[in-house]
Amino acid sequence: MKGFWVLLRRELAMAWGRGGGPIVAVAFYACVATLLPLAAGASPARLAAVAPGSAWLALALASLLSLERLFERDYEDGALDQLALGPVPLEIVSATKCLAQWISTGLPLALFTPLAATALGADIKLAPLTLACAVLGGLGFAFVGGIGAALSLGSRRGGVLIAVIVLPLFAPPVIFGGGAIEALATGLNWTPGFGLLGAYSLAAMALGPFAMAAACRNALS
Amino acid sequence: MIREVQIENLAIVRGDRLLFEGLNFSLKAGQAMSLTGRNGAGKTSLLRAIAGFLRPAEGEIRFQGPHGLLEAEDARSGGLHMAGHQDGLKSNRLAQDEFLFQARWTGATDAGVAKAREALDLDVIADLEVRKLSAGQRRRLSLGRLIASPRSLWLLDEPLAPLDAAHRAAFGLMMSAHLASGGMILAAVHDPLPIGTLSLEIGG
Repeated sequence: MKGFWVLLRRELAMAWGRGGGPIVAVAFYACVATLLPLAAGASPARLAAVAPGSAWLALALASLLSLERLFERDYEDGALDQLALGPVPLEIVSATKCLAQWISTGLPLALFTPLAATALGADIKLAPLTLACAVLGGLGFAFVGGIGAALSLGSRRGGVLIAVIVLPLFAPPVIFGGGAIEALATGLNWTPGFGLLGAYSLAAMALGPFAMAAACRNALS
Repeated sequence: MIREVQIENLAIVRGDRLLFEGLNFSLKAGQAMSLTGRNGAGKTSLLRAIAGFLRPAEGEIRFQGPHGLLEAEDARSGGLHMAGHQDGLKSNRLAQDEFLFQARWTGATDAGVAKAREALDLDVIADLEVRKLSAGQRRRLSLGRLIASPRSLWLLDEPLAPLDAAHRAAFGLMMSAHLASGGMILAAVHDPLPIGTLSLEIGG
């Protein structure tokens, strides 16, 4: 347990340290959300219709940003060797890194999501569910993204590779979350979509660490 | 607590190349061994195999504790330090943050941290960013965790190379103290260590 806290504090300090990962991710998110009306046309009715879905998609894209550094940095400088020889197994190390990724990048992005959706013209009453979906879905994005980050260890152009590995896996949460928000907007039952999104994130948290640890061991050997 | 490392009929293959085979030795509490051999002979690979990162193509690596054979995973996660060329230090973080993380992650107590600071003269560099350290200062920082958190087996890869004469001597004393307290050292070296060691040539 002590090892977990030691590692979590380090990961958070590194995320918030120089380079300001979370701020860059939120800025990227803001740029995508601002570009969207330019591409979709300025008609408020049309924008309002796609606003929640676009805010949600932009969240998925912004979640990719800092994944490249999640394992790669520690792999390049040898810190991953030491993490592998620590008090907890690599599975817990991987889960802790993803949790820190969620806290440092996922949560700020999630807070920004209802703001962006509302700014694009989505009904304000959708904001609570949009926030809830972004918080829950962000957890899934972090853990599934971690798998992509671990699998691409040691490859050149890791960032692009991560996107290619991970974006198809982001399809279910994008469908579930977007579906739940859409359902609420049209007055239908939103709970199934939200429930499935929760199931996806929990499954990612439960199974992801094993895949990440295996990929790290493979990269270290 | 590891009391003995036993290597039996070990073979390591990297890619298509056989680095060595039929390697046998054992290292008991209080013993140090220098691994020598030409570049690329497999010294680092042997250290990484003992640390559990490489799977040997053949043979066994066993860790004996005070009460018989240890689970390899437990023995490694709590019983050995590996210090190589890659020190795992983040160049944009403060030296003391990185040292404290490495020490606490491997289980150091406050007393251990204070001892390592004193022994390796770390206070003078504590407030600097790692990027501003010289090679020798970085090495001292990364050796800090060996002193701060006692683990019985040290796997060292050219530990002294960047250190100046005074710190080589100081680290020599630390190695002697480690051996005297029942530790073991396995070091890949080109220059001899300043302590009495067994010696093994790899891939000769």
